[in-house]
Amino acid sequence: MRLLSRSLVCQQAVQLMNDYVDGTLSRRQRRRLEAHLADCDACTAYLEQLRVTIRASAVVSVDDIDPAVLESLVELFERYQEDT
Amino acid sequence: MISPDNLTFVDDAELLVRLQGGDRDAFTQLVTRYQDPLVRLARYYVASEASAQDVAQETWIAVLRGLERFEGRSSFKTWLFHIAANRARTKGVREHRSIPVDLGSDQSLLAGRFNQGGMWSDPPVPFSDSVDDALDNAPIVALVHQSIARLPDVARAVVTLRDVQGLSTGEVASLLTLSEANVRVILHRARSRIRSEVEAQMRGGEA
Repeated sequence: MRLLSRSLVCQQAVQLMNDYVDGTLSRRQRRRLEAHLADCDACTAYLEQLRVTIRASAVVSVDDIDPAVLESLVELFERYQEDT
Repeated sequence: MISPDNLTFVDDAELLVRLQGGDRDAFTQLVTRYQDPLVRLARYYVASEASAQDVAQETWIAVLRGLERFEGRSSFKTWLFHIAANRARTKGVREHRSIPVDLGSDQSLLAGRFNQGGMWSDPPVPFSDSVDDALDNAPIVALVHQSIARLPDVARAVVTLRDVQGLSTGEVASLLTLSEANVRVILHRARSRIRSEVEAQMRGGEA
């Protein structure tokens, strides 16, 4: 509990960042992290890298489906249409 | 040869209506959009890539058979993933697959980066001037996706459903039969690993 009354060091701040970006930190932890970030460019950079990682995950390219798989599924669709 | 047409984004609900009317192009677009996440979800449960491909194919057949009955009480995506998870789970049990959920500690990813006081000794530098700049940077996006593809099956399924497909933690937990706390831990470690790999590649690229 003693740690809670002290300011965070970077190594602790990094451990909180995932819950911070997901909005699941307690209010108290969020305040402690934000106080740390206000004074720490390196942790701010880490947080931004994490945000880039998460947001880039959602940028989806659909160009890389195996054409043979797509073709076989479309054939399956056409057979299904003929049967119904 | 069929090539995916992804020039304009049409939302799932519209594609579903068109598919219910027998539109082949709508089916092609949905397959193009969801085949890869379906295989990744299935791969979490079954023992081989071939089995996962089978589950994905069975899922599409179930979609075609169930189209008339789909009432839209959930999104198409949720319906699709639940069909796949149920089939993969059944198949996974038959294959006696055990599901390892222990990814190990992510502390090692940052080993040597902090001094004894817990402050950065080797601090990170931003990937770009802003998050938006990074998302416009195709090599960064590609590195992130390559790193996701290299994750262990469990972590890859969690990241694919949560961060790539945008499902909630609760939905991911339900599809993978995990607790929400477990999903959060796996997600945390997976994101840390992806960030770390992208950073290493970016640093390597500068050298």
